[in-house]
Amino acid sequence: MSHHIVEVKDLVYAYPDTTPALNGISFRITHGESVGIVGANGAGKSTLLMHLTGCLFPRSGSVQIGDHALTRHNLKQARARIGMIFQDPDDQLFMPTVYDDVAFGPLNQGVPAEEIETTVERALETVGALHLKTRPPYKLSGGEKRRVAIAAVLAMAPDILILDEPSSGLDPRSRRQLIELLKTFEHTKIIATHDLDLVLDLCERTIILHQGTLAADGKTEEIFADERLLLDNNLEKPLRMQGVQDDAKASGSRLS
Amino acid sequence: MASIDTALVSIGALNELASQDTHIHRLDPRAKLITTVLFIVTVVSFDKYAVSALLPLVLYPVVLTALGDIPTGAIIRKVLIVSPFAVLIGIFNPFFDREVLMHIGGVPVTGGVISFASILLRFFLTVGVALLLIAVTGFEAVCQALERLKVPRAFVVQLLFLYRYLFVLLEEGLRIRRAYALRAGDTRGVAMRHYGSLSGQLLLRTLDRAQRIHQAMLCRGFDGRIRVARSLRAGPADVLFVLFWCLFFFLARRYNLPLLLGAFMEGIV
Repeated sequence: MSHHIVEVKDLVYAYPDTTPALNGISFRITHGESVGIVGANGAGKSTLLMHLTGCLFPRSGSVQIGDHALTRHNLKQARARIGMIFQDPDDQLFMPTVYDDVAFGPLNQGVPAEEIETTVERALETVGALHLKTRPPYKLSGGEKRRVAIAAVLAMAPDILILDEPSSGLDPRSRRQLIELLKTFEHTKIIATHDLDLVLDLCERTIILHQGTLAADGKTEEIFADERLLLDNNLEKPLRMQGVQDDAKASGSRLS
Repeated sequence: MASIDTALVSIGALNELASQDTHIHRLDPRAKLITTVLFIVTVVSFDKYAVSALLPLVLYPVVLTALGDIPTGAIIRKVLIVSPFAVLIGIFNPFFDREVLMHIGGVPVTGGVISFASILLRFFLTVGVALLLIAVTGFEAVCQALERLKVPRAFVVQLLFLYRYLFVLLEEGLRIRRAYALRAGDTRGVAMRHYGSLSGQLLLRTLDRAQRIHQAMLCRGFDGRIRVARSLRAGPADVLFVLFWCLFFFLARRYNLPLLLGAFMEGIV
């Protein structure tokens, strides 16, 4: 299905104070792919995500969601396909109760009132947060907030999920649960993060951004095996891969 | 006086009382809102020396508290926190208005003292009832009622957001303050010369957050209208509630009920 495609062509963007943020980025993500976007602080990850959701528009180049290039005119349709999960759930959960928040998107999409309850409950059930329905968002724990934020986006039935630092601020168990949850989704996923282990778990493909340009785009395992490349981009091997290597070294030294 | 931290908890606690299920809680929020507004208008409309005539109106908050199963102490404590404002408004009345209006047990009572008492009584009634309204209805439901009663949407949305982000803002402010206190040495509070940059910092963070929230709303199809799924339905009980209290407020305003009662008792004796 072509409408699950995200294609970025020669994307250039500079902030009003003329700091160049993105400098000619191109990639194409097809249906059902799960792609990690990594890079140092200030490499342009957030700016890129803002372009994918139409919060910013490129100076030159284009962003294509589905069959059409994203413009101010088809913003509404494009946003219905994209589910953006923000880094800070407090930014995303702005309604007084969890129920109202999850209902916010579908109501804007014009889902009839009698179907709202089923839509909301199904979304909450998917993320295992149905019991939080009547709670105010500020009372939830970090992990619960994240689940509800994801439910709020799922309720809009998007084709493409975009996640900004999904594991930030989560304790290890909540992080693990989140990873397991995301694994069950069949959406096209674009995940911007510093958590390379999470990328290793979820994404078969990785894109490295470096000072607003594309430094690498390829299979996750290959990219993470390239220590030189990672180092040049202020990154390190995921902890899990380091462990494997160290174990090998340790057993090697024991042998000698 | 409560510190910011505990004030934070107590605002939330008040709203949590609203999740109870009593006869009062089940009433339509519009009914409670209209009645409460009428109550406040009635209380405020009394003559400045009114004290005894105000007393019957205590019935309304008492009924709300009792039937709504609201802990009295919690409400009274919150009213006391803001009471200094009312005290300041009336504190000089006894000095300016020294005309003796009545004697209680041989002690002369001046107009100033009476009007001061009247101000305090009104303050307790109006602020107490406003807090009770939140406790038996919930902030969101009050906002919803406001919207259904044709209060401009922009205003209602502002209120909702104010309540939602009050906690986030206070926490942000607390974090800045703590970070400041940890490195400020043994100064108590915030030094005058640092106030500017601290509050500026808070403002900038708030603006950033507002922008992010707006983007999050746009991403979910926000078009200037906030739609809420729940619907309100008023039944006969709600109409009865409003009518009963309207009648009672009217009678209490029109006739000095305690005096009537006193005359009636004398007549019997």
